[in-house]
Amino acid sequence: MSNAVLTGTHFMLGDHACAEGAIAAGCRFFAGYPITPATEIAERMARRLPQLGGVYIQMEDELASMAAILGASCGGMKTMTATSGPGLSLMLENIGLGIMLEIPCVVVNVQRGAPSTGLPTLVGQGDVMQARWGSHGDYEIIALAPSSVQEMFDFTVLAFNLAERYRTPVILLADEAVGHLTERVVIPPPEEIELWERPRPTVPPEEYLPYATDESLIPPMALAGEGYFVHMTGLTHDERGYPIINGEAHERLVRRLLEKIRKHAPEIIRYEEVLMDDAEVAVVSYGITARSALRAVREARRQGIRAGLLRLITVWPFPEDQIRELSRQVELFVVAEINQGQIRREVERAAAGQVPVAGVHKLGGTLITPDEILEALWVRKP
Amino acid sequence: MAANTFSGNGSFPFWREPLDAQQIPHLSTSITIFPDLCKGCGYCVEFCPAQVLATSDRLNAKGYHPPEVVKPEACTGCQFCMRVCPEYAIIVEKKLEVPT
Amino acid sequence: MGTQTVTPQAVQHPYTRYLRTDRLPHIWCPGCGIGIAMGAFLAAVDELGIPQEKVAVVSGIGCTGRVAGYVKFDSYHTTHGRPIPFATGLKIARPEMTVVVFSGDGDLVSIGGNHLIHAARRNIDLTVICVNNFNYGMTGGQMGPTTPHRARTTTTPYGNLEFPFNLPYLVAAAGAVYVARWTVLHVFHLRESIKEALQRRGFSFIEVVSPCPVGFGRPNKIGEGLEEMRFYREHALIQNGLHPKDAALSFRDRIVVGKFVDEARPSFLQVLEDHFRNASRDPSHREG
Repeated sequence: MSNAVLTGTHFMLGDHACAEGAIAAGCRFFAGYPITPATEIAERMARRLPQLGGVYIQMEDELASMAAILGASCGGMKTMTATSGPGLSLMLENIGLGIMLEIPCVVVNVQRGAPSTGLPTLVGQGDVMQARWGSHGDYEIIALAPSSVQEMFDFTVLAFNLAERYRTPVILLADEAVGHLTERVVIPPPEEIELWERPRPTVPPEEYLPYATDESLIPPMALAGEGYFVHMTGLTHDERGYPIINGEAHERLVRRLLEKIRKHAPEIIRYEEVLMDDAEVAVVSYGITARSALRAVREARRQGIRAGLLRLITVWPFPEDQIRELSRQVELFVVAEINQGQIRREVERAAAGQVPVAGVHKLGGTLITPDEILEALWVRKP
Repeated sequence: MAANTFSGNGSFPFWREPLDAQQIPHLSTSITIFPDLCKGCGYCVEFCPAQVLATSDRLNAKGYHPPEVVKPEACTGCQFCMRVCPEYAIIVEKKLEVPT
Repeated sequence: MGTQTVTPQAVQHPYTRYLRTDRLPHIWCPGCGIGIAMGAFLAAVDELGIPQEKVAVVSGIGCTGRVAGYVKFDSYHTTHGRPIPFATGLKIARPEMTVVVFSGDGDLVSIGGNHLIHAARRNIDLTVICVNNFNYGMTGGQMGPTTPHRARTTTTPYGNLEFPFNLPYLVAAAGAVYVARWTVLHVFHLRESIKEALQRRGFSFIEVVSPCPVGFGRPNKIGEGLEEMRFYREHALIQNGLHPKDAALSFRDRIVVGKFVDEARPSFLQVLEDHFRNASRDPSHREG
């Protein structure tokens, strides 16, 4: 479709850029439920998808939205839903199913102040650990944190690519500030947007084992209606997809699901380093807060502090190795995030006592300002 | 040809075999039971409209008494036992046989 | 007339080709009716001649939720209560497929109750086969949304204080275009009803009353499966066309069965086709 990719330079809302990124990535099914501050994604999809032969369906709740995008993905569509923290809480039930069944899909969480109904219209970054551990059991998740409207577009495309390649739900961990920000976004021509597709079976149905994998640990996915008679179950299952209820089978399956992401973590993990080469203090941040952090780092440099920025693009998998690496170089980590230290704990864990870790935290509602981060750099400077 | 005599067993006494009986196709049924699939619910025995089946005395591998065919000639081929068996342990095949 | 007892696989059960035979025997208790209901569904698919690869079965959690694991279609055993929204997505992605939700009353009506009524409201093109055994069987016989008033379960040891849903009335009110109820004893009616439902466009719903010897029959002194089935034989009343509001099931009283609703209303997918046509003419997509 010619108007699927709105190539050009736009002055666009972050939520809308996310929707356009999804469409550019080939998403043609969106199931959603209104929630501030993610509603604009649903509204954009509701307008755009029917023009492209795609389907927007408004489900009765987030439980249903998540289930619907899994079902549609099993039918072969690229699918997405968008929500905020309270909705993510409900979706996590079926995100677990998506992980267990290895169904590609994208879940956007435009974070707001929490817990509970919290601050619907105001910013928060408190769902980092919810995104990581919110569903039951041990699993790995991929979560991307956009810092700009441009990245709302780019990372949505990336989220689809990662979801497809690794056959897993991917969370776009945006925040209210980025979602409701309007700024410049450049949408490239379609031929410049690289798209990855899920692995597909190359053998006939009688030879197909739905969960048999090669060394990639990613099983090829047969779609509904192709004669493969796929069976998928949320129960612990064997290579045929059949339930098998014992510890050994569980170990084999869950271990593979974990390793599937861990093994590929070096290809999945993305971060940006600014002025880190000679830095003595590393500011770790992500999402909207990374913009304040960048400003703070530049200002710190001007004031004679050798600060650098490590901006997480994949919040999950967390770049532990890089933190470990940096802890041999820097004297201090300062983690800036609009929560009470969810990523700081990760940095502390990875730094393992080698380097002190300070935090600049707020609970939500307002952004962390560059001055607040700068102050932490001054106060904490060894 | 059977004589039109009162049979004494309560059936209609003046029955006469049709002249073209040898040309009329008739229903032939075949009941296959897989006794080891049976879980002994008893539905086939209880709900057969012609009491073709009975619970057997023998035990299957699971320890249930599977059904057995006791009145094959009464089977009308309705397949109710086949459809009501939760284990799919009974097959009733029916075909029209044309006498030659 | 020839009869055989033990034979090798010389003859094949008509359901065999639709079953994952390597997974049989199924886990259902002796006397459980889910196998009968599943068989009626397989017979319906067979008799309609729907290509096997064009059928998908989606189940939730519970005893009936295990159906997806036995049928040789594309089959999905999803989360508790969510088979309908999962199937909604699947149907939209694969509109050429016949998508059937096969699950139990606890799954579809209690934890999934919201999805049930909304699927009926939007008239999404699904057939829902809801096996009603009046309790949560898989977890050992607890009270559920269909447990009759005063009935005993492991969580209503003094009798159920609450009142059950009248499922046909519920889904009919919510907008289902085809609503029927049968017991598993009415296996031929059930098969014919499933055939009708599979041919309707829109949301069709069939409640299948089934014995649960362990979870329901025994604690309520109805007896094992056979006694429950005898109860159906003696108390079932076929009343096609009955207004669903009069189709409530009461404990140890009549069991009204039949086809209660069969009407035409544009289905979700039918409306969607029109929607595409209108949307593709909408010039507003050119906005940045």
